[in-house]
Amino acid sequence: MEQEPILEVDNLHTHFFTKSGVVKAVDGVSFSVKPGETLGIVGESGSGKSITAMSIMRLIKDPPGKIVEGGLTFKGEDLLAKSEKEMRSIRGDRISMIFQDPMTSLNPVFTVEKQMVETIRAHRNVSKKQAIDRAVELLELVGIPSPRSRLKSYPHEFSGGMRQRVMIALALSCDPEVLIADEPTTALDVTIQAQILELLGRLQKELGMAIVMITHDLGVVAEVCDRVMVMYAGKPVEFAEVTELFDHPKHPYTWGLIGSIPNMENRQERLEAIKGLPPDLRALPEGCSFAPRCKHAMDKCQSKDPDFKEESAGHQVRCLLYEEEEVAVK
Amino acid sequence: MLNYIIRRLVMIIPVLLGVSIIAFSLLHMIPGDPARSMLGNKANEAQLEQLREELRLNDPYLVQYGRFVTSTLQGDLGKSVKSNNPVGEELKNRLPATMELSLFAIFIATVVGVLAGVIAAVKQYSWFDNLSMTGALFGVSIPIFWLGLMMIMLFSVTLQWLPPSGRLSTGVELDTITNFYILDSILTLNWTAFKDSVTHLLMPGIALGTIPMAIIARMTRSSMLEVLNQDYIRTANAKGLASYLVVFQHALKNAFLPVLTVIGLQFGFLLGGAVLTETIFSWPGVGRYVLQAILGRDYPVVQSTILVVAVMFVFINLLTDILYKYIDPRIRFD
Repeated sequence: MEQEPILEVDNLHTHFFTKSGVVKAVDGVSFSVKPGETLGIVGESGSGKSITAMSIMRLIKDPPGKIVEGGLTFKGEDLLAKSEKEMRSIRGDRISMIFQDPMTSLNPVFTVEKQMVETIRAHRNVSKKQAIDRAVELLELVGIPSPRSRLKSYPHEFSGGMRQRVMIALALSCDPEVLIADEPTTALDVTIQAQILELLGRLQKELGMAIVMITHDLGVVAEVCDRVMVMYAGKPVEFAEVTELFDHPKHPYTWGLIGSIPNMENRQERLEAIKGLPPDLRALPEGCSFAPRCKHAMDKCQSKDPDFKEESAGHQVRCLLYEEEEVAVK
Repeated sequence: MLNYIIRRLVMIIPVLLGVSIIAFSLLHMIPGDPARSMLGNKANEAQLEQLREELRLNDPYLVQYGRFVTSTLQGDLGKSVKSNNPVGEELKNRLPATMELSLFAIFIATVVGVLAGVIAAVKQYSWFDNLSMTGALFGVSIPIFWLGLMMIMLFSVTLQWLPPSGRLSTGVELDTITNFYILDSILTLNWTAFKDSVTHLLMPGIALGTIPMAIIARMTRSSMLEVLNQDYIRTANAKGLASYLVVFQHALKNAFLPVLTVIGLQFGFLLGGAVLTETIFSWPGVGRYVLQAILGRDYPVVQSTILVVAVMFVFINLLTDILYKYIDPRIRFD
């Protein structure tokens, strides 16, 4: 039976109103996640991945930021209609988040115990002792040895990988239904990265939550995601199941991303990089935002912004190469 | 921790030795004859010789210095040349007066300054931010003597709300125990004296606290602005914590370290430097005492007072350093 999505983002626009112009950081993002599913959001720095995540949490600082258009639905409830107080009861409880840099994401002047207990007690009506027991249970769950004594430690007394485990334990405090992981492994060593990804995978199986995995690392995507959304300049450009995306990438930007991964089987002299830089989000080109960097750009790409087109079941792409008359090019 | 405190106490010794040398040399750095400069031009040779004899100025410097240090260590701070009163006795009354005033001033400055700084940072560029920071700019720029006089004009002369000078009104009795009048009036359950000493403390306290308040407010604001952009504040928000917890616990505790440094330093300055405030409000404290001693060339008083104030300054700094550790566990003492 087809499950209902738990989180739906519909045509989200988050803009920043700065003195030098309006930055369209997120410009029409739509996706949905089902319970137990992992959705990957991939793109370069500045493509709007993190702002999308912060928008879902309603943590965009206003001013200068504002969700100007779109819908956010969590289990049928409209998140945009919620008051700040209602949002606070959802954050950290039903939707929680982990961040890129575990070195700086935990408060350095409080013990892990204090930081975990306050989260649990912000959402659950339990005694301090019960909260501590729960914290011990969580640290155990994320694989921190001798958790009861480690609770008394400060963040700087943990290694990077251990800190990210603490961060994950913190995010899981109240059994969230959606976990947003914003580049959870970027700041870690490769071996630790693998451990953290494995941990997230295991926890997801045990707890059944949906994960939105934000990353610029296609390796991470291949490892943990079920479906992937590729973002460029605040817009999604391709949407597919993970195997489909790697086997049949359709968007020239996705080709570029995949082409820039070193491949052990076909050693090339030089990795293919995507030429140029992401566009200035204050002054996006009129047509397709990727056109100035696209090897396959045509005249009409400069003037026409393409719509999503379903190329095969569940595989959508936003590129003029797939308009009727261009099919031959493929 | 205890180790650290002991080590710091040991490290204080050379500092205090240095201070004692400077305080001692004061008398001998004045050009000419110290006895002459204390007694003035009209003194005759016999009077001068008598003073030299009394202060034993004819001994070698080293012997004099040794005597200065040993008598100070024994609690004998010497006698005033002018009044012949022992300096120790004078300070016993005046030091608590200055400390009471400084404590009150730094308390007001910290509470108002930190609160204003936090709100200004959280509501950056709001009308409150602009208003309070402009106010703080005025606060650091206003000359205290002018502010004090204006306050006396307004609150004592025109409105007649607060007494213009002194620590207690004439006719109000208070049995002193510690010489901290507010504390003494509480200890003796003397509410008339309590109310009276508080009204006397209010104006000089606020005048003295104005500059530290302004500095603390600006420091808190800039420190908070930096901390509010940190990742762990985003985490605290993402955990669903109430915003007052995020601001006053998660952010303020991190932002407080530089503010604490400023508070400690300012408090040290207040203890030794409330000269203007004490003079304007006729507050019988150390500042006025030392000022009168300097003007009257009463060098034994100046020497000993400098030494006492310096010792207090050093201990306040030590206290500040110890407080650091309580605020930031990352600070290591070894």
